[in-house]
Amino acid sequence: MKPASFDYVVAESIDMAVASLAAAGADAKIIAGGQSLVPMLNFRLLRPSVLVDINRIAGLAFIEETANSIRVGALTRHHQLETSPVIARHLPVVSRAMTHVAHLAIRNRGTIGGSLSHADPAAELPMMALLLDAEIHVASAAGTRTVAARDFFLDALTVDLATGDIVTEIALPKLPPQTGWGFEEVARRHGDFALAAVAATLTVSGGAITQARIALTGVGSTALRATTAEELLIGHALQPPLTGRAVDAVRAAIAPDTDLHASADYRRHLAGVLTRRALEAAWRRANEGAA
Amino acid sequence: MSQTCEINVKVNGEARKATVEPRLLLADFLRQTLGLTGTHVGCEHGVCGACTVLVDGDSVRSCLMFAVQADGRNVETVESLGRIGRMNALQKSFHEHHALQCGFCTPGMLIAATDLIKKYPLATDDDIREGLSGNLCRCTGYEHIVKAIRAVVDSEAGTAR
Repeated sequence: MKPASFDYVVAESIDMAVASLAAAGADAKIIAGGQSLVPMLNFRLLRPSVLVDINRIAGLAFIEETANSIRVGALTRHHQLETSPVIARHLPVVSRAMTHVAHLAIRNRGTIGGSLSHADPAAELPMMALLLDAEIHVASAAGTRTVAARDFFLDALTVDLATGDIVTEIALPKLPPQTGWGFEEVARRHGDFALAAVAATLTVSGGAITQARIALTGVGSTALRATTAEELLIGHALQPPLTGRAVDAVRAAIAPDTDLHASADYRRHLAGVLTRRALEAAWRRANEGAA
Repeated sequence: MSQTCEINVKVNGEARKATVEPRLLLADFLRQTLGLTGTHVGCEHGVCGACTVLVDGDSVRSCLMFAVQADGRNVETVESLGRIGRMNALQKSFHEHHALQCGFCTPGMLIAATDLIKKYPLATDDDIREGLSGNLCRCTGYEHIVKAIRAVVDSEAGTAR
């Protein structure tokens, strides 16, 4: 239960981090919060030859409001996101989601960039990125690029990052006016990974839904958007028969796994129940005029 | 021979200097290099919470952090809270409420609770239980631990108002 030996590089800038990664070759790893990486090192599931520590890069932890979005630096800790007044004002669904991430000692240390890069199939942050149509900024020795969240999460623990890439920030678009949100999660214990979680936003104009977004986590190899269900809702008020059709569409769209914690059937059922609750909460908030 | 690094860490107010392999976990540095065995090591993969310490005032799992990462940081372990005969309010409350039996989880519980009390209102016992969900105790059933923390939260709230 002790990690194998590795060489350790402290990166003091993003440039230095990507140069160190490029020099180290394919089996180097970035360490940020280490909350997923270090258990794998302790179990020796991973034996990287080099760890590039980005914790001392100045200016990589920030939450900054722009005209249309909130930029969050990769080294921002979950607890900072959870308690940020800017996030609470513009993206309350994210504040809520963050309270479900593990435990305080994990949230104090775990980073936004780390959670996105690790992409656990039941984690909350990838789901938030998908829900909000976020953009993920990536740097490498070759330059920088921006990836839409919908193109970023490829499979369980697999994202659109090549060897030598590092996530530098995520831009989360603010909720449009007249938008309500809902977030529902069930886990075996508080702080455990979700058996299923559903987040929704509904934008309402003249009593009808003009934009609907439904994201799920814990029910597939990646977090996902329930686009068929979203489309059903456009142009209508949220009423029980319509909610029921959206719930059915969500259940039809997912293929959850059976594991130690829950059966596939249970997860599918749960995803539907949580979708109903999340949509009803989003509808209620949208019509209260509260974001 | 693998790489070694020189580190300077403030531990419980005292400057400590050491030469460590990068793979040395902070928990093992505290226990084995410095002999501060108050920090306990249970699962070694971030599940049980027994090794929780404060780094720059924030609770972290010392089995999920390397000693080399604590270079230049301020680490506080359970030994910093008090001593026999000079226990702090939280430790006294654990004593008074019988919040420990075997004591293995207690250092982690005390440090986790210290950070929770600082960061959350803990208005209900459910809030305390949620806050402690990352710390496993196999003796007490948690009831007495929750009561001990409740008493401290209530007395601090009473003082503050």
